[in-house]
Amino acid sequence: MQKVFQRPKYLKQAVFHYCPGCGHSIIHRLIAEVIEELGIGEKTIGVPPAGCAVLAYDYIDVDMGEAPHGRGAAVATGLKRVLPDHIVFSYQGDGDIAAIGTAETIHAANRGESISVFFINNACYGMTGGQMAPTTLLGQESTTTPGGRNEKRDAAPLDLSEILAIARGSVYIERTAVNSPRNIRKTKRAITKSFKTQMAGLGFSLVEILSPCPVNWKMTPVEATKWIDDTMVKTYPLKVIKDTVGKIDG
Amino acid sequence: MAGKKGTIIIDRELCKGCYLCIEACPNSLIGIFDELNQLGYYPAYYREENNKDRECTGCATCALVCPDVAIEVYRE
Repeated sequence: MQKVFQRPKYLKQAVFHYCPGCGHSIIHRLIAEVIEELGIGEKTIGVPPAGCAVLAYDYIDVDMGEAPHGRGAAVATGLKRVLPDHIVFSYQGDGDIAAIGTAETIHAANRGESISVFFINNACYGMTGGQMAPTTLLGQESTTTPGGRNEKRDAAPLDLSEILAIARGSVYIERTAVNSPRNIRKTKRAITKSFKTQMAGLGFSLVEILSPCPVNWKMTPVEATKWIDDTMVKTYPLKVIKDTVGKIDG
Repeated sequence: MAGKKGTIIIDRELCKGCYLCIEACPNSLIGIFDELNQLGYYPAYYREENNKDRECTGCATCALVCPDVAIEVYRE
C-alpha cells in the first residue's frame, strides 16, 4: 500500500493547541501543503497575527516574523521590500485584520504590495473569549452583544474583502471556507493562486477564509461547519471578489 | 484482507474527538473510542472489524477535514 496522505513536510510534528474542530489548523496544513508543492519552503517568510494563531510559528516550519496586533500587512511589506526574492505571507484573524489593522491592510492593498494575505474570518474575537468583532453577523450572539448584534447600536458587519477589492493595487481577492471537503479543496486552490500571484510579482492578493470557531459559537464542531453553510455565507458569500490575474501557471 | 483498496491510521494522541472525520467518511468506517487519550478527549478510531460490506477506499476525505492532521491514508 502506498501512503497517499500524510503530514506535510513544512508542518512540524506538534500537537496543535487549538480547540477541537478549529479551522486554523486546517488552514495551517493547507499553507504547508501549498508551500511544499510549490517548492518555496526555503524562501518563504510568514507573519503570524495576534490572536489564536499567534503561535503559528510553532507549527508551520518556515521563517516567521511576528507582527504586533493588526500590523501583519505592514510587517510583510517591510520584509518583502527588503527581501524581494522571498515569498511573504501574513496570516491574520478578523479581529487582527478588520479591526485594529484596517489601516495597514487597506494601504498595503492600495500600494499593491506583492504579498499574500490570509484573512481567517470566524466572526468573533476567538482568543479573548468570543467578543463582537467587526465581522460579527447581525443578530449573532457574542459576549459583548448578548441578544445579538444590532445594526443601529453595533453597526453592520464590515465586508473587508469587498473594501479591499476597490483598492487599485489589489489583484486577486477570493472568499472561501474550510467547512467541507469541497470548500477545503477550493481554499487550497485559492492559497496556491495567491502564492503564484506573488511569485509572478503581480500585486496584492488576499484570501478570506471562513473558519469555524465551535467553542465561541457555542456549538459542536459539526454544528459549526453547518452554521457556516446555513448562516455565515449569507453575509459573506463564497466567491472570487476580484481577479485581474486570470489563469496563472508556474 | 484480500482485495482491500485502502486503509487509514488515526493517531489517537493527536485526535481531539471533533467528529468531523466521522461526518465526512462516506462509508461510516470511523467511530469514537471509549477511552480518553492523553489530551483528555475521546479519540476517533478506524472501525476495521465490521466493514464486511463497506470498505475503506482510501479517498482521504477524513484526512482532508481533520483539523489535527491525525490521519494518514494508504491506498493500493
